[in-house]
Amino acid sequence: MSKIVEGLLYSESHEWVKVDGDVAIIGVSDFAQEEMGDITYVDMPEEGDEVAAGEEFGALESVKASSELYSPVSGKVVAVNSAVEDSPELINEDPYTNWIIKVKMSDSSELNSLLTAAAYGQKL
Amino acid sequence: MDNTIKTTCLHSSHVGLGARMSPFAGFDMPIQYTGIIDEHNAVRKDVGMFDVSHMGEIFVSGPDAMKFVNMIFTNDITPMEAGKILYGMMLYPDGGVVDDLLVYKEFTPDSYLLVVNAANIEKDHAWLLEHCEGYDVKIDNQSDSWGQIAVQGPSSEKTVVSVLGLDAAASLTFYHFTDLEYKGARIIVSRTGYTGEDGFEIYAPEDIICGMWESLLAAGVKPCGLGCRDTLRFEAGLPLYGDELSPEISPVMAGLSMFCKLDKDFIGRDALAAQKAGGVPRKLVGIELKDNAIPRAGYPVETPDGTPVGVVTTGYHSISLDKSICFALVDSAFAALGTPLSVRIRKHVFPGEVVKKRFYQTNYKN
Repeated sequence: MSKIVEGLLYSESHEWVKVDGDVAIIGVSDFAQEEMGDITYVDMPEEGDEVAAGEEFGALESVKASSELYSPVSGKVVAVNSAVEDSPELINEDPYTNWIIKVKMSDSSELNSLLTAAAYGQKL
Repeated sequence: MDNTIKTTCLHSSHVGLGARMSPFAGFDMPIQYTGIIDEHNAVRKDVGMFDVSHMGEIFVSGPDAMKFVNMIFTNDITPMEAGKILYGMMLYPDGGVVDDLLVYKEFTPDSYLLVVNAANIEKDHAWLLEHCEGYDVKIDNQSDSWGQIAVQGPSSEKTVVSVLGLDAAASLTFYHFTDLEYKGARIIVSRTGYTGEDGFEIYAPEDIICGMWESLLAAGVKPCGLGCRDTLRFEAGLPLYGDELSPEISPVMAGLSMFCKLDKDFIGRDALAAQKAGGVPRKLVGIELKDNAIPRAGYPVETPDGTPVGVVTTGYHSISLDKSICFALVDSAFAALGTPLSVRIRKHVFPGEVVKKRFYQTNYKN
């Protein structure tokens, strides 16, 4: 059974969001990393890039497959996690500690369309 | 053809081990158990085992068996002695590939075993039946009654001897096999594989295969799925039918001319001779990228100025070599070693260059 952390918001495409003021910290769920298997590469945006809710901002690659990452919110990328860029397996080890990007949100009302932990759990 | 998915005799074991299962060539097969990297490394460094019971076994026997097999097979079986195995292809008249296969010269006179790809069993069987007219041969597709385990890796010899008691395996050299009686049944043990490592492939009736699998599991041999079977064969420069060989990709294009003996007759020979003499429009190459981004099948290959010249057929971030490499089918003008070629991956273009297709130094026991 995949782990779901309470207090985070989730997208249908298996990203999670932790809200810190007007910044959204974004990663992928335990379900997503389990589905991927050994993650070997993270295709990251750059700091300063604009991302839009529902649009691709990067990708995770496992040995066998690649899986696009979709931004749950719109805004500007203010940080990328260079630790997971250098060691993608960190996402397999702990997908909730090892965030991927931080986005300064341009419209925090977009958070309302994301799923709570309970609602996300029911989707799995 | 019916569309029901088939299972091998080891299916319940795979499920019980928690394998991730997926349809492959009409069979529900394990892709991975613990993880592709883990399983890949077990085979490179120690030993791993694969359920390859989906592979096809077609026996050809009779007074004209040698003549017939030589007519449908690119390699020359004339000088083969019993216990020897040859790799080659069956071709269409235009040089396209029906299948790539192993031919085993059996210890029974006038008898050969053809080991074919699971996805092509029916097609190959029909091809043989269609072309055997006028030859005194019997063609017997026994694919459903044989199971097969591949035990691969530097510790494979020690493993099959100590765990399965197959002492005779130790004296085999690469691409040789022996027939053994095991628990009252005939089994075939060959020193072959699809990983680039030393290893054995064991063919036996299903109940025997299940027993062997359980013994190997109990001895701690790591079960490995089709995921790492692909990463291993790819690193070793071995083609996969459907990716690097197909009705459109001839052995000359794939760089496998050494397995095609043009000094004898076989179906497709004249087309290959013409391709060798006149050149082919596309060739299969290896490409190594300078970045860690992963080239996948279908991604476009370009020259440094952005001209599209080909397509990736298989690609990975190599587990054993820690670099991003691929096979690609490219315009022949760009196939020379050292040619700069890039791969377009999503929105970006990643530069690289043409390298030898055998990315990993193989470790066979010759």
